Formats: sequence, structure tokens, C-alpha cells
Amino acid sequence: MTDPLDLAGRVVDLVRQVAGPGAEAEVGTEYAELALTRFANSFIHQNMADAGTTVRLRLHLDGRTASGASTVVTAEGLRDLVERTVSAARHCPPDPGWPGLNRPATVDEDGNWDEATATAGPEQRAERVREFVETAGGLEAAGYCRTGHRSGAFANTAGHTAHGRHTEAAMDGIARCGGADGVARLASFRLADLAGGVLGARASVKARAGVAPVELPPGRYEVVLEPTAVADLLQNLSTWGFNGKAYNEQRSFAVPGTEQFDRSVTLVDDALAGPALPFDAEGTARTPVALVEHGVTRTVAHDRRTAAEAGASSTGHAVPGGAAVGAVPLHLGFVPAPSPNGLARAGEVSGPVVDADTAALVAEVRRGLLVTDVWYTRVLDPRSLVVTGLTRNGVWLIEDGEVAAAVQNFRFTQSYPQALAPGAVLGIGRHTALQSHTFSSAWWSALPLRLASWNFTGGASG
Amino acid sequence: MVEFDVATAAVQAALDAGARYADARVMHRRYESMTARNGEIESVTQDESAGIGVRALVGSGWGFYAVPDLSESAARAAGERAARIAAASGRVAGPGSTLLPVAASTGSWHSPCAVDPLSVPLSDKGDLLVRATGTSREHGADLAEGLYQIWDTRKWFVSSEGHRIDQHIRESGAGISATVIGDGETQRRSYPSYRGQYGTQGWELVDSLDLTAHAARIAEEARELVTAPLCPAGETTLILGGEQMALQIHESVGHAIELDRILGWEAAFAGTSWLDLDQLGALRYGSELMNVTIDPTIPGALGSFGYDDEGTPAAKRDAVREGRWVGTLAGRDSAAVAGLDYAGSVRSDGWARLPMVRMTNVGLEPGPHTLDEIIAATDDGVLMDLNRSWSIDDKRLNFQFGCEIGWEVKNGRRGRMLRNPTYTGIGPQFWRSMDMLSSETVAWGTPNCGKGQPGQVGHTGHPAAPARFTNVRVGVHG
Repeated sequence: MTDPLDLAGRVVDLVRQVAGPGAEAEVGTEYAELALTRFANSFIHQNMADAGTTVRLRLHLDGRTASGASTVVTAEGLRDLVERTVSAARHCPPDPGWPGLNRPATVDEDGNWDEATATAGPEQRAERVREFVETAGGLEAAGYCRTGHRSGAFANTAGHTAHGRHTEAAMDGIARCGGADGVARLASFRLADLAGGVLGARASVKARAGVAPVELPPGRYEVVLEPTAVADLLQNLSTWGFNGKAYNEQRSFAVPGTEQFDRSVTLVDDALAGPALPFDAEGTARTPVALVEHGVTRTVAHDRRTAAEAGASSTGHAVPGGAAVGAVPLHLGFVPAPSPNGLARAGEVSGPVVDADTAALVAEVRRGLLVTDVWYTRVLDPRSLVVTGLTRNGVWLIEDGEVAAAVQNFRFTQSYPQALAPGAVLGIGRHTALQSHTFSSAWWSALPLRLASWNFTGGASG
Repeated sequence: MVEFDVATAAVQAALDAGARYADARVMHRRYESMTARNGEIESVTQDESAGIGVRALVGSGWGFYAVPDLSESAARAAGERAARIAAASGRVAGPGSTLLPVAASTGSWHSPCAVDPLSVPLSDKGDLLVRATGTSREHGADLAEGLYQIWDTRKWFVSSEGHRIDQHIRESGAGISATVIGDGETQRRSYPSYRGQYGTQGWELVDSLDLTAHAARIAEEARELVTAPLCPAGETTLILGGEQMALQIHESVGHAIELDRILGWEAAFAGTSWLDLDQLGALRYGSELMNVTIDPTIPGALGSFGYDDEGTPAAKRDAVREGRWVGTLAGRDSAAVAGLDYAGSVRSDGWARLPMVRMTNVGLEPGPHTLDEIIAATDDGVLMDLNRSWSIDDKRLNFQFGCEIGWEVKNGRRGRMLRNPTYTGIGPQFWRSMDMLSSETVAWGTPNCGKGQPGQVGHTGHPAAPARFTNVRVGVHG
């Protein structure tokens, strides 16, 4: 493995050689080893790993900007990357929005690192899968266990450098019983935090409690959303609402300084609370950023470009390709309600309500629905953030604080900000659970929520 | 060629480490994209990626390992790692894996390309997007956006059964969109679709789109939509334009006939399918107008290739014939489990990802009508086109799709514009209600099909034409 910081420095030197001293360049390098063991029908059917280095270059030359990336890190490959990016910049139209480089500083704080996770092999992942399958108690099981580690570095021509590393692990599985699926999902920077047996037991209990569901009519229902579902709210709020580019373009609902959420809602993006590098794609140090405090939207996420447009400062949320996709808070989480002494932590298994945190919210519901997970959510309109999607992996009717019956899946069409609006949040969990993103290294710190109303627009039969 | 030598070394190393089958793909890809906003270039990116992915079967367990290093020693190490991972799979073993027996293919294939897209000067490409988005902006767009993307992929495949194949696939595409910010919501119009039209073609595809000629129209339509009446809620006759039909086919037919989903291999994430193999050959999927083919041989369509990523030669196959379900998208391992005698639909999105069942070109054969005839034959209905949102359940049954634009259809004529048109339904009920189908087929390209863990982005093609459906629920709003 090539040292990422050394590699970044070599590319900066190459830029100076090829483009001259006037070029402004940012170089990000990352060495990653990622492995994922997948199981279905209760056996491992796909098992993969890869390892490699990626170099990203963003170059501003004579008022024009271009970017490039490569996995070819030989001397020839790096020179080719630099030369074609220089050439691209020279052929591009002017870029009046170039925000300049981060000024010289050093970011050398490590992310969360666990050596046992970094060195975990396919045997350790298979062992967790075996535990999950065994505790599913004969039910068909499917899911994955993944581990990985990343070492990253950043250097720019102004002399700014950053480097760090982190490990990551996640497990996500379902148990299947008579047409009902139960799910358990958890992420951490430590593989040891993920107990295949606990997760398998949780999934199987929920699956067994989901058999013979009744069909209820669509309409507005009070709901308790479990953390697996709440992660989707966070993902969509992050991508569409707190994205600095979307805000600048007036495509976001966010209005800083306005009470847009219930007073119980505080949302903080804190990359270093989980698996993440300690700096963003522009080398800006990642620090906790409160986007919503007690219901009031405080800010949106910015990179240097969106910040310059908005007259603000970068909040450390630059992502590769950010000129097109914007600045996205990829580690967003709810701040939990204060925890009174004596309340059990999440982790108990007693039925479809698998933890004390959720049970406390369910107990307050006179009539409503417990929703474990949502699926295939898509935005109908970014500004109102109306989202359609389906429930998945378990819905139950709650009557007088008790789970009364399993319910068939619903389709919903719901504005996410409205669901969290002032007065709409009736209860909030006291513990968070890290939920990993489906396609990227992002994660969400989610907890159970009790909401006054959720708009179910279709039933299982249409 | 050195790439074949590297792949052969990896396969041999996996066999030496205990594999009873192994294959390796060396891939080299160049990717270029440019985005523009309001008459200015927003981003220009040129990426290069190269590496080798090795797949090994030890006992009944599969393993895969990939590295971006094309030295022979790295390839051998990758083959050994793939075999070690495969051996670990045996700790939670299933029934014995087998592969559908096939003749070992050797060959070379390249996609058609009249104008090498990477050779077109960046300044020309930039001028095109600047001109098109500038025109949209001048005609009322608050946000005028443009995009092109190019992939130039070479791959070399070797298997322990004697496959030895190289392919060169060039893909291009582009599109523009105009967004108007309304009071509390946005309206968007795009051409030819939101992300554009894509194919296994060169820059000639982008030239043929003539983006600038449509830039003013989409801006004006987006502004008109802001004050257009809301699509009414209710049950009505629905006419879908060709681009939306491509999405409808992709989501409610293409994914449903993926054999890995039917077998439960994607149960925890992408989902399963409402289809049961016991029904293959007998199930009524749609009306008799519904003829869907799986055809990776269509020249220039986005899901075309010479061989899939298991080395199976491209071949056309029926998926639905006269409304009856008759075929699946299969790979060699899934076909063997299902007892089918064909494969050919396995691909990966790069050297670092495991090949899996993916759509190729899944599309509708043309019908007997035209869109004008369909509208003329409709007394009361809604015409919708260009996808804006898509959501479907994990069995590929219950869908809700939103379009950019709708129009009332009254007494055989297209009437006033409708905003926020949506429709919802259950797949087989919906397809059985298709009573008119146009002959105006376009092979739409979808460059953003997500599937798999870790996630993979697939490129698929969907020949589609406008069609009419009866008794459809429309106008679902939040």
C-alpha cells in the first residue's frame, strides 16, 4: 500500500511540473479495503473483497476548472491523470464560481479505528452470518456482513494537508416466515459491536410476529417509526434539504432561522461519531454541525463553492463531484431525548417491538401503526420534499399502547418536513442506532420516532 | 495480449488454490462527463479505472477478489484470495453450486461507433451544453441544466473452461432539463429525458439529439406547468409516452424477471419477485398486445454487448409472448438451480464488482397503432410522459410513478396541461389493461440501474412506444 499522503504530495508536485506555479490543485487519495459477505436462503451465496487506491484531482488553471480520478497509480498513470486534467481545464470555459483553495493547515486527527475490524477476514464475517442464521431458528435468512477500512489523505498547492483513517462494519439481515420478513440492521466502526446472534434473533422475532397480516384502509395514521425507517428520513432530508447547492438554487425547503421542525428535533451531522475520515473532499476538517436545534433550522451543509455562493463558510461537507451534486451531510443524526436512569438500552427482544426505547413510544399510542422499515422512497418534489415509498419488513396495528395485529404493507406519499413539523412529533427515542447507507459509506444516527400523522395512500392491493 | 496473460495467471492461481472453477475479467475504463447550468460549465470530469476481478468456486462456495493492479504477481495473488474467500463461504454452505454447461467461447466484439466520443474536443462539447442551457435560461428556466456522459470500456475475459473473449464497448449520451421554482414546489421539463438518452454508440448519438432545438420549448413548458391545474385524482384511461413506458418496463417487467430475485438471492435488499418459476410458460402477465424480448443484440442500444460477463454470447430471447410469461434474465449458476437451459444476462459494473444478473435490452415489440391514433380513440383520459419519480415494492408489484407533464384527453383530443401527474397500480393488473400500443418504438437507455451489495450501477436498454391502459388510478398526491 502506498502512503496516501505521500501519494497526494507526489501528484501536487506533478501538477506544478506540468501546469506551472500558477495552477491551483486539490488532490485526494484513498486506499480502501472493503469486503462483504452476502447470504440468502440461509447460506452464503456471494462473498467478495477488493482493495485499491484511488486518486482524485481537481485543478483550476487560468480561471478554468476540471477534475479527474484514477485507480492507475503507477508513475505513468499519475502523469497521465495530471496531463489530461490540465488539458481538460485548458479547453473548458471560464469558471467564475471557483472558490479558491483551503489555506495551509494540517488535519491529522484519526477517524475511529479498530485493528480487529481492519484485519477481519472472510472467516470472521462467515462466523457472524452463521450466528445470524442459527438464531433465526429455522427461518430462512438473508442479508450481509461487511467490514472495511480506509486511509485517506489530501494535499493542495497552497500547502494544506490532511490525512486520517477509519474502519467500518455493518450487518443487515432479514428472517422470513410465512410471507412475513423481519429485519435487523446495525453499523459501527467495530465489528465486535455487531452480534450476529442478537441481530438474527431480533429479525426472527419480528418475522414471526408479522405472519397473517390484516389489510387496513389507506389514510392518515399516527405512527411509531423504528430507527431502520427513520434512517430514510435522515437520508432524504440530507440529500434534498440540507444540501447547500439545493438551498442556493431554492430547491430546498430549508429556511435557516425558522422553526420548521418540532421543538424535540435536533439534527447534528457528526462524521467522527462513526466510521468516516476526519476531513472532506476539499481537505476541510469535519466537525459536528447542528443543522436543526430544537426545531429551528440553523444552517445547511456547505462546501467551499456553495458557501461562496451563499456568503457563508464551508461546513466541511464537500463530496467528490460536488460541483454537480452539491454539499451533502452524509452523517446526519437525531439527538436523542434525555435518558432517565433505569431505562433499559435498546437490545431487548420480546416481540415485534424489540427494544425498550420503541416500547416506550408504542405505549403512548391509542391507535396507530408501528413501522419497521421503508423501501424505494423517491422524491415527487424536492422543495416540498414529498416522498413516496412503501413499508417493508413489518407493520403492526397499535391499539391502547399494545401491538394488536400484523398489518399488510402500505404505500405512502408524505412530505418529510411536514411529518416532523412543529407539534407533529409526539415522542422521540432515547438511544440512537447507526444505520449504514445502501450504496455509499454514509451512515445515519437514527432513533425511534412517534409522529402524529403519516399519509398512507395505498394498500397492498393497490 | 498482456491482459489475457494476466487474467490467465489469476485463473490458474485460483485453481492451484483449490478452486474447481475460476474466471477473471481485466477491465479498463475511461469515463468523461460534463455538466452545465444556466449557460455556464459546472463540472468537467475525466476518470480512468483499471483492474482485475477474479471469481472462484471452491466446493459449493463462491469467492471474488479484485485489485487495480495488472501485474502478473498481483493477479496471481488475487486468484488465491478469491479461492480463500470461496472456501470461507463453505462455513455457511448451501446446496452444491453448479454452472449451466456451455461451450467455451473465444472471440472479440466491439460496439458500433461512428464518432469516437473521447476524440470530440471538450470545447465543442462545452459549447453545446452552454448553448442549450443558455437558451433554456433565456426562455424562462430558473435552473437550466445539461449533461453528457461517455464510457469507453475494454475488457478481457478468461475462464478455467477455456473462454477467451475481449470486448470494446463505447457508450454515449446527453440531456437537458429546465426547472422553474414555484410557490412551494418546483416544476421540471427535460429533453429527451431527465438524464438524457444513452446508447452503445459514439458521439453521433449526442449529435442526433439536437439538444439546442428543444431548449426553449422545455423552459416554456416548465413555466407553464407552475400554474397548470393539478392532475385530478381518480380512475381513468391512461396514455403513457414512450419514455415513461421504458421506465414502466424496466421497473415492473425487467426487474421482476431477474432469476436471482425469483430464487430469493436478493431477498434482503433489492427484493424478490411476484413471479414463481412454476408459472413460467403459463402465467398471464399482460394483454395479448404485450410482447417483451430480452435482446442484447440490438445495435446501439444501451444494454447491448457481444458476450455477457460469464462469456455467454449475446442472444435474443422472449420474456413475454402475447401476454404470457415465457422467459427470465439468467446467469449460469441461477439457470442451473432453476433448471433452465439458457443464461447470458450476467454483468458487473466494473472490475471491482461481482458479476450478477442484470437487464440487457428488455423491451416491448411495436404495436399496431400510433400515438395520434391512441389519443383519437380516447374519449376521456390523461396522457403522461417523461419520468419524474419512481417507486415500486420489493416484489415488483405495487408501483407509483410520477411524470413531468400530463395533458387531459377529451373526446379524442389532447387538452390542457396538468401538473404533478402520478399514477399507481399493481403490475399484472396494469399490463392486462393495455389495450392500445404504438409502433413508434425508441430504444431508451437507462444508465442508472442500481442493484447488488456492494451497490452496482447497471446500463440497460428498453425499446418502448406509447401505450394506453384502462381503469388506472391517477393523481396520488401528498
